[in-house]
Amino acid sequence: MKKLKSYAREFWRYRDLLKQLVSRDIKLKYRRSFLGYVWSVLNPLLIMLVMTVVFSTMFSRNIENFPVYLFCGQLLFNFMNNSTHQAIFSITGNAALLKKTYVPKYIFTVAKITSGMVDLLFSMGALVIVLIATRSSFTPYMLLSPLVIVQLYIFCVGSGLFLAQANVFFRDIQYIYNAVTTAWMYLTPIFYPLEALPQKLSWAVSHLNPMFFYVSQFRDLIYLGQLPDMTTVLSGCVAALAVLVLGMWSFMRSKDKFILYI
Amino acid sequence: MSDKRIMIDVDHVTIRFNMASEKVDNLKEYFVKLVKKELMFQEFLAVKDVSFQVRAGEAWGLIGANGSGKSTLLKAISGILKPYKGSITVNGSVAPLIELGAGFDGNMTARENIFLNGCILGHSEKFMQEHFDEIVDFAELHQFLDTPIKNYSSGMRARLGFSVATMVQPDILIVDEILAVGDYKFRKKCEQRMQQLLKGGTTLLYVSHNISEVKRLCDHALWLDKGVTRMQGDVDTVSDAYMEEMQK
Repeated sequence: MKKLKSYAREFWRYRDLLKQLVSRDIKLKYRRSFLGYVWSVLNPLLIMLVMTVVFSTMFSRNIENFPVYLFCGQLLFNFMNNSTHQAIFSITGNAALLKKTYVPKYIFTVAKITSGMVDLLFSMGALVIVLIATRSSFTPYMLLSPLVIVQLYIFCVGSGLFLAQANVFFRDIQYIYNAVTTAWMYLTPIFYPLEALPQKLSWAVSHLNPMFFYVSQFRDLIYLGQLPDMTTVLSGCVAALAVLVLGMWSFMRSKDKFILYI
Repeated sequence: MSDKRIMIDVDHVTIRFNMASEKVDNLKEYFVKLVKKELMFQEFLAVKDVSFQVRAGEAWGLIGANGSGKSTLLKAISGILKPYKGSITVNGSVAPLIELGAGFDGNMTARENIFLNGCILGHSEKFMQEHFDEIVDFAELHQFLDTPIKNYSSGMRARLGFSVATMVQPDILIVDEILAVGDYKFRKKCEQRMQQLLKGGTTLLYVSHNISEVKRLCDHALWLDKGVTRMQGDVDTVSDAYMEEMQK
């Protein structure tokens, strides 16, 4: 308990560093491009447009208001995918700095996930544009969507910490994880309805895939305009906390050995 | 002398280092190493059983040939490395100058880097804002403030790094052979700043191969040889013995 308290104090002391690292990621991302920050809204919009054209002509599944359906899933999955892929390199990529100064190492991992979340917030702007363009109705339930994003953020911080520390000792993780996320994407109902899966698989996806918990909550709020059912909310929270504990535990156990391997 | 507070207590410290070699010639060797767990980790003791105590206001020079463990010891005192055996107790704030501008991001401007680097050293944004002008004045880089650091020369980077790191009065200043790149005028300026900090009560740990500089700045010295203490004590005695050995 005392240890946790001193960690919290340290985190508080370095909170400005976190802010600096996140703002660096965002500043540098679009520096020297003509449209600058406009890209963070335009980019998801264009990708969504391509996917809508592809999937609504190739598959004749009738999902009502497909652009919004697709966008809800894709936004969340992309956030998870991009931020954790960035987080894998958050320790090994900062080796030069970590060898030269003392900084709490998890700051770099948390910063990567947080920059991913800022990107997600920009993309929410694109979502609003899509909602208006498709003449969807706006409901007060939409205001609850930040609660889903918080769950997903915690989930991503946990997995980011785990992946970052594992990658220090076992660099093959980065390649394995590529394959894992590809499989994960197809096992999450992003561009198809859950019912399209065979029964056994659909049971597994809806009970064991954490991304499903978040995507379906988000879709309930934005796409269907209803409250998600409590089991899904609870599963989402439990999964997020469990992964966070796993991530923190593995990270703290090995952080003192990082320096010998980076 | 002995009534002064002990700032740094290094007690029988041994530090491990990884020197796993990347040279694996064939599959058999790969598996042998994998089983022996030597693929990624091969132990090497960089510092062996070193003890010394630094009291408030003292200035210690660390001398020794390349690869004798000086930097490793400094890193352990700064908290970057954990000692394998023994313990290190540090009382007070440490400003480590192991490499100037280690946290600089080449794509960002000097202005942005000052804030980033300050935060890496554990300062708050507000604090950096207050001392911003002071830092820029010392580094004398007014006209290049909005230039990305990647376009800076190594000397300019060093100036900026030194200014950021020594802007506060730390309790302990750790300097590891960093001023080699600066021009003569700036080195003088840095030396003055260090002397000024010393007068203010800062404790200094200084690594340099320039013995006359060590003699000028420090009052004590520690001579490391392949990770073992050869001699410690008064700066003149130790550095003279060191020079004698070197010239043999």
